[in-house]
Amino acid sequence: MKEYQTITEVSGPLVFAEVDEPVGYDEIVEIETQQGETLRGQVLESSEGLVSIQVFEGTGGIDRNASVRFLGETMKMPVTEDLLGRVLDGSGNPIDGGPEIVPDKREDIVGAAINPYSREYPEEFIQTGVSAIDGMNTLVRGQKLPIFSSSGQPHNELAMQIARQATVPEEAAEDEATDEPGSDEDGELGEGADDEGSEFAVIFGAMGITAEEANEFMDDFERTGALERSVVFMNLADDPAVERTVTPRMALTTAEYLAFEEGYHVLVILTDMTNYCEALREIGAAREEVPGRRGYPGYMYTDLAQLYERAGRIQGREGSVTQIPILTMPGDDDTHPIPDLTGYITEGQIYVDPALNSQGFKPPINVSPSLSRLMDDGIGEGLTRGDHADVKDQLFAAYAQGKDLRDLVNIVGREALSETDNKYLDFADRFEETFVDQGFDSNRSIDETLEIGWDLLSALPKEQLNRIDEELIAEHYREDIGEQVEATAE
Amino acid sequence: MSQATDTETVREDGIIDSVSGPVVTATDLDARMNDVVYVGDEGLMGEVIEIEGNLTTIQVYEETSGVGPGEPVENTGEPLTVDLGPGMLDSIYDGVQRPLDVLESKMGTPFLDRGVDAPGIDLEATWEFTPTVSEGDELEAGDVIGEVPETESITHRVMVPPDSEGGAVDSIEAGEFTVEETVATLDTGEEIRMRQEWPVREARPAVDKETPTVPLVSGQRIQDGLFPLAKGGTAAIPGPFGSGKTVTQQQLAKWSDADIVVYVGCGERGNEMTEVIEDFPELEDPQTGKPLMSRTCLIANTSNMPVAARESCIYTGITLAEYFRDMGYDVALMADSTSRWAEAMREISSRLEEMPGEEGYPAYLAASLSEFYERAGKFENINGTEGSISVIGAVSPPGGDFSEPVTQNTLRIVKTFWALDSDLAEKRHFPSINWNESYSLYRDQLDPWYRENVAEDYPEVRQWAIDVLDEEDELQEIVQLVGKDALPEDQQLTLEVARYLREAWLQQNAFHDTDTFCSPEKTYRMLQAIRTFSDEAFSALDAGVPVEEISSIDAAPQLNRMGVAEEWEEFIGDLEDDMESQLRELY
Repeated sequence: MKEYQTITEVSGPLVFAEVDEPVGYDEIVEIETQQGETLRGQVLESSEGLVSIQVFEGTGGIDRNASVRFLGETMKMPVTEDLLGRVLDGSGNPIDGGPEIVPDKREDIVGAAINPYSREYPEEFIQTGVSAIDGMNTLVRGQKLPIFSSSGQPHNELAMQIARQATVPEEAAEDEATDEPGSDEDGELGEGADDEGSEFAVIFGAMGITAEEANEFMDDFERTGALERSVVFMNLADDPAVERTVTPRMALTTAEYLAFEEGYHVLVILTDMTNYCEALREIGAAREEVPGRRGYPGYMYTDLAQLYERAGRIQGREGSVTQIPILTMPGDDDTHPIPDLTGYITEGQIYVDPALNSQGFKPPINVSPSLSRLMDDGIGEGLTRGDHADVKDQLFAAYAQGKDLRDLVNIVGREALSETDNKYLDFADRFEETFVDQGFDSNRSIDETLEIGWDLLSALPKEQLNRIDEELIAEHYREDIGEQVEATAE
Repeated sequence: MSQATDTETVREDGIIDSVSGPVVTATDLDARMNDVVYVGDEGLMGEVIEIEGNLTTIQVYEETSGVGPGEPVENTGEPLTVDLGPGMLDSIYDGVQRPLDVLESKMGTPFLDRGVDAPGIDLEATWEFTPTVSEGDELEAGDVIGEVPETESITHRVMVPPDSEGGAVDSIEAGEFTVEETVATLDTGEEIRMRQEWPVREARPAVDKETPTVPLVSGQRIQDGLFPLAKGGTAAIPGPFGSGKTVTQQQLAKWSDADIVVYVGCGERGNEMTEVIEDFPELEDPQTGKPLMSRTCLIANTSNMPVAARESCIYTGITLAEYFRDMGYDVALMADSTSRWAEAMREISSRLEEMPGEEGYPAYLAASLSEFYERAGKFENINGTEGSISVIGAVSPPGGDFSEPVTQNTLRIVKTFWALDSDLAEKRHFPSINWNESYSLYRDQLDPWYRENVAEDYPEVRQWAIDVLDEEDELQEIVQLVGKDALPEDQQLTLEVARYLREAWLQQNAFHDTDTFCSPEKTYRMLQAIRTFSDEAFSALDAGVPVEEISSIDAAPQLNRMGVAEEWEEFIGDLEDDMESQLRELY
């Protein structure tokens, strides 16, 4: 390992050094300042005689005499099953005062792309216990489904609720039959699996969140005992911004190891992707790159894809990686490059809506623009229920119609609307009050969710339910509710 | 072999000078523009994209982590080519035509490793070759010399390479051959094999381009009914995320009546490609009843696969399509999404520090797009057969804003425009193609076909539907202000008819076994049924029946069930009778 004292330029997060031996692209670098501090960085560009280095911890304290060491390898994450229950910093070092981590393997954090031919199509329903997700925008194992939120919204509460409640129903019976490698060592995890379907191992990657937010998450994890089956990566708001570019890669490398080598079903929560993208922009600007939209680098799509695409299932492997990235949309604008590019890569999105939030609905999910692309194959007979797809379609259509009428009713008043239109208006209100507004602590089974859906739909005239198969209407439509509503209306 | 190797000379290897992501520069490399090179100790595949003095710039098709200056660069002396021959159908490739199934077994891991190469077609497999010419026949470039049953539904026609001099057949025989064995020799001494190579960035030659007059029947009502695409035409599907681009593309790949489908997943989701790989072998081609996969070739370069291979995958796809066109087939190429391709160009251009054009895209964006779409068309091939390539490109405009450069430059070229609308998608109106914004410039040239093959009055009925939808659009503005009940009765009835057009006809459930494919005849009959309702309803209205009574007849909501009806001829016939009698009872 060669050591140089040849720094020629320090600029923002970047350091340029002269070298007399070739250095590989993406290699890890250690810089020792004269105060004896060791900083870590990564080679961004390597050319004959000169390398540019991106320093994770910030370049403060570096001068021309600091020594630069090239470690001759790309960034690695030490992975082991023992990481479960641990809290690490944004670069993967333990900060919980626990024992040193003895790695099973050291994996490259960049990660190779999964061969599309080797993937298995995700179609196992995950029950989050949240009606607006389970009923309307179902999450499946191996999916990447981001939460699009904005500042001041309770997206963290929603993420915690999902992390706490997510199970795959009726998996327990299957697990007993097939020997799942993930559950044999960890007794507690195994027990949980027997009780209520299999639980997820949760990987939590925090990028630039405040210490207060971090505490909320940690308290919740500790309170519910979820920490035992979690690995937490913490890059806080006052940690170096550049480190944020490696935190999600560390988290995902750990997730892939646990899923595809150890057989766990892993749920990865990354928050906040907006901070990650800001860090990308910072580096891009420091390198004087030609900027793309709003100053974000032109390769941001590729960069984000390299994170989000690390979700999925692989044929012949037990585990799965499911991702829920959270991003706060600047100005609640989903055409901003961060949500926009994210939406093009991920398999749908869940919108947290400020208007619903201010009305006090918990969770304030706006189902209309929300979408789960993998839903259609993850629901139905044998997965959720045979009527799920039709009920979902009808709820969407009826809610959209009710919302359309709200604009009109502001102008002409309720009296001017037909009886049917009034029913749709009531439907939209009740949909938000009962279906969406369930509270952050309630855990609804998919049956409960669909039954609430039928309760709501039964307030509409039967012939309006044109998205639902007639047999299903005969089976589930509640004649009495329709009459009740009729009676109260008169 | 292609001409690329004919001029091959001994070329010097180079040394890497710098590495920055997918862009590598090398010194002392003796290479021509667009030559394929192997970079570094691991032999990563790359392509020469700039030569400046002694410095050569290379875009690398694989990850470059750990590659450093001083490592060697080896030149192949050939441009990026694809292998053409039997074995391309029913396969799945990455952006530089490496078969992904072969890569999986060669790498021994489900993750894509580096520095592994594999030929595009299996060199060891043998194929049953039957000659169609005999000894002594005079052949020219492009002529078909024999046939190979490639898959259940497609016969592969073995052709003289387009760059051949031609000559008389010296020897040719039937039998089992691998793609590299000689199946025929000409009197010029030229040996003809089933395998050809062709550089992807160069269009394969053809004699002439003709005006397309036959529609590419898609089995989708809004497309066949309102905005048809011709065989040999070009179409763009722009839409914001979540508006259903991919489902629309996949529906076309599944149900359109092309002979061959080349599906290019360019920078899109891995799970989506997996869905195609899992679904297609199980689905039946509605024309032949054979598995869909046997007419399909997939190219998957997902968003996390190397960006340079994303740039090339579009060219790989169109070159494969041209090869099948040369056999006289109608080929449909779906590119999902061309925006990702444009972004790959932008990314590489910015690494080269080229002067950016609009929104950071390179100044040659428009030229590259038009060059690509011009490779579509209905062609007279050099062997006298006729073939076509229809290109359907998805566009993913940032923020759903159609004024961005990729959408705008695409619209200047394509003649069919299916505009996806997020409002419709939010209401779960699928396919969410906006009927007010979309257009097809092929309508007029395809009308004779529709009159002859579907119904004589097809264009008139279609125009009726368009008029009703237009009128609805205008009326909706008033309804937004004053409410529906304030409108005169006849306008209320128009809204009712338009609603059925939207809900029963334009909407189509891609996930319903029956509704997913709708023949042009059914499309026409469904439309006619709605028109019957309209005619009868307006007669009733004229006779003084209130609109409320008209719209509450039992039969009318049955219109919504037409799409899912299996015995649709009978169902629609009965329904028309019911509507007629129920409406006439009212007066």
